[in-house]
Amino acid sequence: MLQVNAETVRTLVKKSAYHDSVTLLVLARQLRSGDGITLAAALMATPANKELLAQSGLLTPEAAAAGVNDLVIVIQADSATAAEVALSQAEAFFTAKQERLQGAGRPMPRTLESARRHLPDANLVVISVPGTFAASEARKALSLGLHVMLFSDNVALEDEVALKQLAVKKGLLLMGPDCGTAIMNGVPLGYANAVPRGRVGLVAASGTGLQQVTCLLAARGEGVSQAIGVGGRDMTERVGGLMTLQALDALGADPATELIIVIGKPPAPVVREHVEARLRAIGKPCVMALLGRDVAVRQEGLLATVATLEDACEATIAALRGAAWTSRPFNAPPGEIHRRVQAVRQTLAPEQRAVRALYAGGTLAHEAALILEPLLGPVATNLMPGSTGRHSVLDLGADEFTVGRAHPMLDPTLRVEAIRQAGLEPDVAVLLLDVVLGHGAGPDPAGDLVPAIEAAQAEARARGRDLTVVASVIGTAGDPQGLEPQVARLEAAGAWVLPSNAQAARAAACIAGGEPVMRSLLGPGEA
Amino acid sequence: MLGISDLFRQEIRVINLGVEAFALTLERLGVPVIHVAWSPPAGGDPRKAALLAALTEDEEE
Repeated sequence: MLQVNAETVRTLVKKSAYHDSVTLLVLARQLRSGDGITLAAALMATPANKELLAQSGLLTPEAAAAGVNDLVIVIQADSATAAEVALSQAEAFFTAKQERLQGAGRPMPRTLESARRHLPDANLVVISVPGTFAASEARKALSLGLHVMLFSDNVALEDEVALKQLAVKKGLLLMGPDCGTAIMNGVPLGYANAVPRGRVGLVAASGTGLQQVTCLLAARGEGVSQAIGVGGRDMTERVGGLMTLQALDALGADPATELIIVIGKPPAPVVREHVEARLRAIGKPCVMALLGRDVAVRQEGLLATVATLEDACEATIAALRGAAWTSRPFNAPPGEIHRRVQAVRQTLAPEQRAVRALYAGGTLAHEAALILEPLLGPVATNLMPGSTGRHSVLDLGADEFTVGRAHPMLDPTLRVEAIRQAGLEPDVAVLLLDVVLGHGAGPDPAGDLVPAIEAAQAEARARGRDLTVVASVIGTAGDPQGLEPQVARLEAAGAWVLPSNAQAARAAACIAGGEPVMRSLLGPGEA
Repeated sequence: MLGISDLFRQEIRVINLGVEAFALTLERLGVPVIHVAWSPPAGGDPRKAALLAALTEDEEE
């Protein structure tokens, strides 16, 4: 029998002790799993983080008095002993980190300049410090003649333009800001997946878009020469595609790159002209996957234009192997898809007609919305302000969800809550999810979601409904989490796992939309 | 442009500022990497930090 005691709250403030958000997330998770712990937070005491503490009822007077450079740990436990144990665990965590950093005679520089003295032939700086400080670190790196991957978000647009102008002047790469993924000479940076080296070069204004395409290529036996992230704003009019063009020139001249893929959202018209002109002049096969409404899928000389990330992979395979290519909705035969959808639809109550898509990957969410809308009608999504509709696509990695909080690829808390909530909503027929693996992702991204999926299904069943879950897993066999075990984890929870995000979105549309949607995707013979 | 083409031919050697986990991943993969024990400059005040950075750049020029 559960006995509830009066709760104890303890606060630990470490003055002028900076720790990065991922380190603190790992610590908070460890603390939360302790016996008798009801809530635990480990944060730098910035105004945004104090707001989060206040929302959870954890803004103690000590935490409120802490400054931006102070680390705050707040524990809520069912006994004073449990709280004290958690605080000593936190102390031990930082001691271990300190020992790791200083261990084996390793130098511990405090600035970029001194790091360079320890690694004089360094050629790339990866920057993931808070956005307000990121631009000046990037400027220092470029001034030292170093290439930069700028992972940080919340970098001002005028800083991005200035940094990229400096990079172009110096012939350097400035990948980002908000560059989640890159692969340089086979080295995975940020969230990249374990993919083989090969002959495909990529330029991407999208992190998860790049991950989807490189993973699908790996599954088809093709590897990556270089994958260059340019940041989501690079192809806007203001930035002018400065880094996209710079990267295209470099890949064009690279003898190891036989084909080039460009991934992103539709560019500003003037930027599109420059990018297309550059692609045509390169003299190598190129594939353009700039995902938007009404993309005209076509092949003009060496340049293919496609509408989905999966088709970027398929068009690439076709061009490299001299095979014909047409876009197809599913890998599985139409009859098989039809039977599976029919079986699911028989379990739906009449009011269950909506797709609820909850995404960690921004470009994957964008792609899902673009696939769902023509098949099902209006989609409400935070990616397109003001949109309304029966169906919804939520990008939980968008800025409004990540202030003072780690990205949902690392911290599943918000997505877990949203999945549970979907079980209570009578109109939801199908839950559509992405699960993103890779070097930067958590140890068990599918496992993070499974308890919430099971809880949502139980809630729905308790109300006399079935809730179907459709998902895709973005990853490879070589990723630390392994593609197959992660797929198996979701399938064991009853999810229908498809080979790509595009196919998962189409399957969800078939379930919610029924025969008319199946007819338009699978042809009249099958529906 | 020489810079980027050169990078494609070189071993990648990384200076990491910020998330320590990125440095640990690279280290596990055998990539030469040095992690900076970074902390926000100017006591964490972005405005003062920008002023400080501008002053430092002037000195460098």
